[in-house]
Amino acid sequence: MIAAARRLSLPLIVVGLLLLFPLATTGFYLEFTSKVMILAIFALSLELLVGATGLVSLGHAAFFGIAAYATVLLSPKYGAAGVFWILPAAVACSALYAFCVGVLALRTKGVYFIMVTLAFAQMAYYVFHDTPLGGGTDGIYLNLKPEVMLFGARIVDLGKPVAFYYVVLACLVLVFLFLAVLLDSRFGRVLAGIKSNEQRMRAAGFATFPYKWAAFTLAGALAGLAGFLVAVKDGFVNPEMLSWHESGAVLLMLILGGMGRLSGAVLGAFAFALLQLFFQWDVAFGSFAKHWPLMLGGTIILCVAFMPNGLIGLPGQWRAWRARKAAEAARV
Amino acid sequence: MDLPTFLVQCLNALQYGLLLFLVASGLTLIFGIMGVINLAHGSFYMIGAYLAFSLAPVFGGNFATTLAAGLVLAVIFGYLLEWLFVSYLYERDHLQQVLMTYGLILVFEELRSILVDNDVHGVPVPAWLSGSVQLGDLMQYPVYRLAISAVCLAVAAGLYFVIARTRLGMMIRAGSSNREMVQSLGINIKFLYRVVFAAGVALAVFAGMIAAPVSSVYPGMGAQVLIVCFVVVVIGGIGSVRGAFLAALLVGIVDTFGKVLFPQAAGIAVYLLMAAILLWKPEGLFRQG
Repeated sequence: MIAAARRLSLPLIVVGLLLLFPLATTGFYLEFTSKVMILAIFALSLELLVGATGLVSLGHAAFFGIAAYATVLLSPKYGAAGVFWILPAAVACSALYAFCVGVLALRTKGVYFIMVTLAFAQMAYYVFHDTPLGGGTDGIYLNLKPEVMLFGARIVDLGKPVAFYYVVLACLVLVFLFLAVLLDSRFGRVLAGIKSNEQRMRAAGFATFPYKWAAFTLAGALAGLAGFLVAVKDGFVNPEMLSWHESGAVLLMLILGGMGRLSGAVLGAFAFALLQLFFQWDVAFGSFAKHWPLMLGGTIILCVAFMPNGLIGLPGQWRAWRARKAAEAARV
Repeated sequence: MDLPTFLVQCLNALQYGLLLFLVASGLTLIFGIMGVINLAHGSFYMIGAYLAFSLAPVFGGNFATTLAAGLVLAVIFGYLLEWLFVSYLYERDHLQQVLMTYGLILVFEELRSILVDNDVHGVPVPAWLSGSVQLGDLMQYPVYRLAISAVCLAVAAGLYFVIARTRLGMMIRAGSSNREMVQSLGINIKFLYRVVFAAGVALAVFAGMIAAPVSSVYPGMGAQVLIVCFVVVVIGGIGSVRGAFLAALLVGIVDTFGKVLFPQAAGIAVYLLMAAILLWKPEGLFRQG
């Protein structure tokens, strides 16, 4: 009981702070935090694949972008769509693509899997980039944001930043809890088994393919949720949402935060977005701020070299370092 | 499609495929021997094209000297890069390799934007190669493109010779089928890694330099080539130079004719090819050990 309370205390404090955040600020920082929470959902969806199942996908942005495009393309041209049908429809589009890609990509392993997921994401990217379906390179606008109607009454106005902020926060908490429960279930245990030794799982009598397939599809669907939220937030989508830079960025959030823990994904999304914001800050960097990718790239390289377990692994790394120091001191 | 058009497209496909091979062979060697996924490989192609652009005034527009100087720089650059960054990655998992090289891409692209700029540039075709060959009554084909194909074929033949017939090639082949064994036989694996990496960088830079006069020089050109090269490497089988050669030609043909026959779906054709081949052979056409 006490252990559970200790484990839950930090996430509860974070959620509490996020709940109170709109009281303290409006405008830019509110929208920024909404965006980061959406990225956190996106990172969580990838954590299910990379951290929990050990499948490194470099094409996750495809599912993110497909749902965003579906949201815009399925919305009626001169009216608002209802959230209760457009959200499932958009998520279903992503899940369907993940379902189809999964059956092909999961036939491969390791580095092939990385490259194949990348290639399928590029394929989706070129569909939107080269064809007039989604407005080509210019992207396409969402004319009216979806409405949340229940019994003929509008309960939330997604156009209002504060209301949207709370909707995103609720989604983030729900996705986090859902994944926490899922990974604790038998299904999640099998995924963990596949991660550490797939051969042995098969020998133990598990048909591993359906589990990986289900995880892949589910991860695609959750990325779709994030994509839907982005489309609603910005009211605009373009092919860059599906580009491999986006897939790389979300992987980066995971490694920055720390793999194998759900909170690592959330922490990583916040750390990544804050780093990006910091490097773009022209008060600190002057005219050099427009070269922020240089500093971001350098930081990434340093993180990979010196922080292999991510931010969430830092306390452990620190303890290991102290223990080693203490052992050396004792020997002397 | 009449015969001359078909011929011209075949030559285009050949030239594109061979150029891809130069970039992809480095990628596949680096992965096959060092076990490192190098996302920054496309950047080397980009760097090559920009070298051709910015070194040209230094050497008074003499293309051959520019090429030679660029190659020397590329080998030095590859050697340093392996020493400073890539050597950290051998024992790490693929994910960290992906991230470190992703970071390198950001750095290279931004350095490029600081050192040169973000405009599209042209590199002139050297004067002695600027003519064209008559094909049929109406079609012409530029000599420079033929020269690219010829040079690429020569490089491919040279690569084949080095890998199949020399002592270094023997080490490379052995390294790509069993790294630990090579190490325990007393071969200086660190040196081998550095040579292979520098050679891979040099091949990609060289491809970028000779492609610059036909494709122009623009930001983001590296990423485009990188992804296609991934497809080539996956189709050919990771670590196999022979596989990369055949796959590059195949991709060249599919992409070129895809653009002619189905302009709407041109971007997708190559990926469909890859999906089909993976369905048939999940580990590519020529998988190494």
